[in-house]
Amino acid sequence: MTFVAKPKLHHPTLPQNALCYTRRDYEGKISTLCAGCGHDSISAAIIQACWELSLEPHRLAKLSGIGCSSKTPDYFLGQSHGFNTVHGRMPSVLTGANLANRELIYLGVSGDGDSASIGMGQFVHAIRRGVNMTYIVENNGVYGLTKGQFSATADQGSTSKRGVVNADSPIDLVGLALQLGATYVGRSFSGDKAQLVPLIKGALTHRGAAFLDVISPCVAFNNHAGSTKSYEYVRAHNDAVNRLDVIPPRAEIAVDYAAGETVDVEQHDGSRLRLHKIDASYDARDRIAAMNYVQQHQARGEVVTGLLYVEAEAEDLHAHLNTVATPFNRLEAAELSPGAAALARINAGFR
Amino acid sequence: MATVREETAAAAPAPLSAVNDFVIKFANVNGSGSASANELFAKSILRMGVPVSPRNIFPSNIQGLPTWYEVRVNERGWLGRRGGVDLMVAMNPQTWDADLAEIEPGGYLFYDSTKPLPRSKFRSDIQVIGVPLTQICSEHYTVARERQLFKNIMYIGALSALLEVDPDAIEKLLAEQYRGKEKLLDANKQAFHLGRRYVLDNLPHPIGLRVRHADGVGERIFVDGNTAAALGCVYGGATVCAWYPITPSSSLAEAFQKYCMKYRVDPATGANKFAIVQAEDEIASIGMVVGAGWNGARAFTTTSGPGISLMNEFIGLAYFAEIPVTIIDVQRGGPSTGMPTRTQQSDVLACAYASHGDTKHVLLLPEDPTECFEFAAAALDLADRLQTPVFVLSDLDIGMNQRLCAPLAWDDARVYDRGKVMTAEELEAGKEFGRYKDVDGDGIPYRTYPGTHPTRGAYFTRGTSRDPYARYSERGPDYVYNMERLLHKFDTARNLVPAPLLRSAATPARFGAIYYGSTSPAMAEAIALLEQEGLALDTLRVRGFPFADSVRAFIEAHEAVYVVEQNRDAQLRSLLVNEFGIDPARVPAVLHYDGTPITARFIARAIGERLRTADAAQTSRAGAR
Repeated sequence: MTFVAKPKLHHPTLPQNALCYTRRDYEGKISTLCAGCGHDSISAAIIQACWELSLEPHRLAKLSGIGCSSKTPDYFLGQSHGFNTVHGRMPSVLTGANLANRELIYLGVSGDGDSASIGMGQFVHAIRRGVNMTYIVENNGVYGLTKGQFSATADQGSTSKRGVVNADSPIDLVGLALQLGATYVGRSFSGDKAQLVPLIKGALTHRGAAFLDVISPCVAFNNHAGSTKSYEYVRAHNDAVNRLDVIPPRAEIAVDYAAGETVDVEQHDGSRLRLHKIDASYDARDRIAAMNYVQQHQARGEVVTGLLYVEAEAEDLHAHLNTVATPFNRLEAAELSPGAAALARINAGFR
Repeated sequence: MATVREETAAAAPAPLSAVNDFVIKFANVNGSGSASANELFAKSILRMGVPVSPRNIFPSNIQGLPTWYEVRVNERGWLGRRGGVDLMVAMNPQTWDADLAEIEPGGYLFYDSTKPLPRSKFRSDIQVIGVPLTQICSEHYTVARERQLFKNIMYIGALSALLEVDPDAIEKLLAEQYRGKEKLLDANKQAFHLGRRYVLDNLPHPIGLRVRHADGVGERIFVDGNTAAALGCVYGGATVCAWYPITPSSSLAEAFQKYCMKYRVDPATGANKFAIVQAEDEIASIGMVVGAGWNGARAFTTTSGPGISLMNEFIGLAYFAEIPVTIIDVQRGGPSTGMPTRTQQSDVLACAYASHGDTKHVLLLPEDPTECFEFAAAALDLADRLQTPVFVLSDLDIGMNQRLCAPLAWDDARVYDRGKVMTAEELEAGKEFGRYKDVDGDGIPYRTYPGTHPTRGAYFTRGTSRDPYARYSERGPDYVYNMERLLHKFDTARNLVPAPLLRSAATPARFGAIYYGSTSPAMAEAIALLEQEGLALDTLRVRGFPFADSVRAFIEAHEAVYVVEQNRDAQLRSLLVNEFGIDPARVPAVLHYDGTPITARFIARAIGERLRTADAAQTSRAGAR
């Protein structure tokens, strides 16, 4: 029950970040999702990532659509403004919000029904516009809130809890994001916090459209044998290409890895993405190669995870639209109205 | 049919004779370049100080289908459609028969006489003026496209001689239009004089219809409603425009772009103080507007009926979550694709009650481009003040036709009304914040912009039920509190929307009429026509919804009030009946919905018949007593 208040007591030894905030300061209301739901792990990873980055919670806006995943923004970052929009339409609302105030960090949380079915159009267009955002799909292959219907990301041949076989081809959101020009693309697993937290940190500090597909098993409706989105299946088929460290700006850089095993990518804010390669042949800076790799491995039933693609010097929608640095929501009549004298000239042109 | 036969059998009627008061209609093929020539004609009469009101009647097509341009010339200043045509410029063989049939008895037909036509193709009760335009063009131009294009300016030249339109006014306009393009200017001037010379040398001139210099235009401007509404958005401080192309609203977004490029680029940095996104559909358009409004920027979208249909879910969210949204709906003929290039007022109910669930929305109803400008800017203020969607219901007739109207005005002292926004200072000082709490008794709560304060004022926005502190709640009393407050807020809007305008007849009137939007100019003329017949009618122009109490008082003060609209189902009337709970019999409908703008004659005939019947009934009752 979300209106049950959480106790505000902090353990005195909880570690603090640069803002003197503990992880508790990044929490939200108590989750109402099922015990063991992958989404709660993702919420915890978001909390951890924001705490580690020492983000000011109120400088982040969290938006979502409708569904189990879209309920989660209420369960983290209680000091951030949140917006639970309409089904499948979070991307457009986030785009508008981003246009209104470019200074905030925008986190969009969605599900596979929300983004791959009803909101497919908005998902692809927000990605191709390069909206500066972190877009997380909590992907469980199933409609949870309406009790277990297949979603569009369910693999062909996988079975529902009742044994129905899914005949339709799956939509691969990572493949779409890569093809549509997302400048930071990753996939992870809700059960692998060590991999997920840095991926979220990298996405939050990335300028441009950052997309994370996080497989997040639904314990109520899609965690059985025959599902390809179960804990067991993903653990058995997880094919991580790399491990990521996000190194904050101005941090001392200690080189303790052999050349060829790590790649450093410097981001616009001076932070570094340090990629430790697991598959030595994988280059996360090559979009086409990433698309090939992901497709080939997926065809073998593997779930490719890690930071799959990054373009550090990406441009965002504001750059494309050449907007002023001042957030629009601070501009007033003096800056926006051309004035009566200009209107007199405009009138003269209409005679 | 009987009357028609009688007319044709009788001696040909005398040629129509009128100075500064006639209707001329150009029948063209679209894509042939006629539009700019026709506009030139209309503007040249304006420059002579004579009010004109032109209307494009065009197809949903780029090239090859029939298109018309009807110009009302009227020194008294009637700007609505009168009905009937005095002079037809028939340049389209496809529509010849229908075009000829429209000409008033005694009226004039102007046509290209290059190819002889059989007598049977003409009417005996009209004056026929033939100018061999194609032949003249062929003699003077070799390029096929030039032969086509210059035919248009050539008939303007011929008309200038026939109607005594001042050639200097036309030459001046041409010079303005082709400033810096001297070759084009000279070619156009030549074509103009070729047409003019032909009439002066070969035909009786002038004809019975003439234009004389007058002083009927004054300071007024000549502009279309979409351009004016776009300027209203620029002046009103809109920074985000998200839209999807749809006739007849696209030119509004394009005009917004044009004026932003001119007036909203920071001279120091070259950066834009605006963002225009052509969205993937109308759902995304309204979604972006909702997101921007939530985050404190002034945002609008412009669309037409089909777009409104798609936006419904978001409109409900914005109503319930209380987010400022401005929607300019340039209405067209519906339902479905309907008549996409014809005009109607048929989105009134769809907008007033848009979305599932219990909703009511604020509507602003402009009558002309001046009000499009004022109401667009006002809508941005009202949306912020009321934290709700606000609709400006324009239509194709206002939006896409140039109209003579009052100059646009802006007071530099005007500040934007950003509504109830709690600041970081107020939060820091400990002012209580309940996002959905009615603190001031007007139903309007306070809001905060995201990012305002590190630890206070954050809230979770949702379309789901919640308590006054924005906490999720499925409790009945919380839901009812909220819905009642929204109703109370709507009542607050009643006195914030533009007030209705009352016009009382010179003598006490038993009957009244309510009208709105683009019906306005035809209505003004219809009242005068009825007065000439001794029929008195009080009128009320409704300019906003929720309706002011004076609208109810007006209805109650008359035996019956005719509600004049341009839709089939009497939508505003339904709104009046529903909102005031009045007897439908008190508000009979007068409806015009064939896609063409309503005419003064139509209104005068429809209401006149009923007023005469009512008068006769009263007289007979009095006689019986």
